[in-house]
Amino acid sequence: MEYGLDKRSNGLKTFNTTFIIVWLLIACFPFIWTFWGSFKVRADFFSRADWWYAISAFNTLLETGGQFTSKAYSEAWTEGEFWKASRNTIIVTVFVVSISLFLGTLGAYALSRSTERYAFWILIAALIFRAMPHITLVSGYLFPFFELQIWGILPTTIVVLVAINQPFTLWLLYSFFKTVPKELDESALIDGCSYFQAFRYIIMPVMWPGVITAGLFSLMLAYNDFTVTALLLNQENHTMVPKIQSYLGTNQHEGNLMWAVSAVVSATAPLFMLVMFFQRQVISGLTTGAVKG
Amino acid sequence: MPNKTFFWFFLPTGLAMILFIGLPIISTGIQSFYAQHDQVVKEVKKCDPFGCTVSIVVDQEATSILRDEKPLGKFNGFGTYIDRNHLAIEQISDFWKETDSFGEFINQVTNLPFYKALLFTLTYCLFVTPNVLLLGFIIALSLNAISRKIRGPLIFGTILPMIVTPLVGSLVLFWMIDAEGIIGANLQLMMEDPYLSLKSSRTLTWITIIIYGIWHHSPFAFVVFYAALQTVPQEPVEAAIIDGASRYQRIRHIVLPHIYPVVTFVALISLMDNFRVFEPIIGFSAEGSAQSLSWLIYDNLVNEEVILFGSAAATSMMTIIGIAILLAPVLIRTWKEFRTAR
Repeated sequence: MEYGLDKRSNGLKTFNTTFIIVWLLIACFPFIWTFWGSFKVRADFFSRADWWYAISAFNTLLETGGQFTSKAYSEAWTEGEFWKASRNTIIVTVFVVSISLFLGTLGAYALSRSTERYAFWILIAALIFRAMPHITLVSGYLFPFFELQIWGILPTTIVVLVAINQPFTLWLLYSFFKTVPKELDESALIDGCSYFQAFRYIIMPVMWPGVITAGLFSLMLAYNDFTVTALLLNQENHTMVPKIQSYLGTNQHEGNLMWAVSAVVSATAPLFMLVMFFQRQVISGLTTGAVKG
Repeated sequence: MPNKTFFWFFLPTGLAMILFIGLPIISTGIQSFYAQHDQVVKEVKKCDPFGCTVSIVVDQEATSILRDEKPLGKFNGFGTYIDRNHLAIEQISDFWKETDSFGEFINQVTNLPFYKALLFTLTYCLFVTPNVLLLGFIIALSLNAISRKIRGPLIFGTILPMIVTPLVGSLVLFWMIDAEGIIGANLQLMMEDPYLSLKSSRTLTWITIIIYGIWHHSPFAFVVFYAALQTVPQEPVEAAIIDGASRYQRIRHIVLPHIYPVVTFVALISLMDNFRVFEPIIGFSAEGSAQSLSWLIYDNLVNEEVILFGSAAATSMMTIIGIAILLAPVLIRTWKEFRTAR
């Protein structure tokens, strides 16, 4: 909004800049601090004596002889079996993203091209499903899954995450499909294509931006999920986020806090890179539903 | 699109949603009417030279047979809903009779697990949602005034709190705010109170979690508002400037009405998300002083001895009812709009 007429006073400009700087500090500093602290020993990052140790690295120098140490990382990835957790996360994420995009594009295309009343009601139902807290669904899954003996394994979790993800994916892709003119597939139908052919060869090639956005959101859901993965997977199959929680320790067994710190950094870094790369898509995804709705 | 084609296109996703969202809700409903079996006890007569004693012991074999036969538990009707851990009808009527003042009565009631959790959940929603809207809007306005060239990285920095999972976000903050972290330690120095810590007071814990909530959700509001601001038409704004409208008046009378539908959308989404607050409680290890409805369900499901399916299911059903009440106004409005559009 650079209006020619809109003259901003210098005071307002300074205020605005200060506000943005303060906000960015609040938003980003915790991550920078955790990244910095993950290369220290526990006595420094969680110092009982003096918080300045986290910067001066007093104990890190004593214990390891250097200002920085990657001990927490190497231990968490080997001893803490974080490699296994990240492998599981990769498996879950890849399958969830590809399956939910496959199901979602088919369903959303049908919804966007249907003029019947039930299409509207299906969208409303999806909105209600979207509002369900995941934990209430999990409380519905646990008992049947125990009985069917499919609890604890990755495929079950993948299917569940795909299903939980569908309402949002449907809404998102629905609004993207709506922007593709109907005439495009209608002319293909007249030329003798089947609906599936029109979908596959005419519509999908122009839908890539939407598909990427929807894929990113499925990815973030699968990657970030805690409720479903913590309760539906056994120890062996835990993904990154429940693994981080297990490092925190409980009343019964002591955890290893520095493992948790390094695991948090290891889990967050790829996500940040991805979002940096696809920032435009994330923002367009968040706004398509909103600005048009 | 013909119905038959629609059916085949929609079948996979529809099936997934029915099987793993629709059915679980029904399964939760059924489970909520059952409670885990009591242990089967038997009398054992033990005789020694000094006489016989009868003792009552748990019949492990019979208990496990019963559990295998009816894994769902015994039918309990609405029993679970009204017991002490849920609606606690009995306790409340007792409190009503026993307590002298209304304040004391409320105090007693909010100490019951379900009402305690409900109170926290509602407080969280009540404080977080409006502040998220406000902060998100201010950030959007102020970023919108910054030169276009450097906006990209600024937006990236702004949305960071939103893209990390709530557990990680709350942990990252907790490690700073805790007594051994950078902010916590400095607060202790400033207040000259070496025992000041997050866990020491209930109010402090609640405030911290609410601040976390605002920190985590504001970027979402920001992104949506920012996009909406790009669509505000320039002519009315310019006309208002010529007419001498102040900056505040312009925002109040031109920008806000234009983005009003978006505001309701953001309010709805963040209300829905805030109502399920759960991970921050684990991240801040705040179970002691802050419990939400979702946390109660989680706690039942990770119970060490026996998983309390019935109890978790009953809380789930009441949470779903809560969501339904929150959503009702929106759904009714949508339905009316749909009716008039036809």
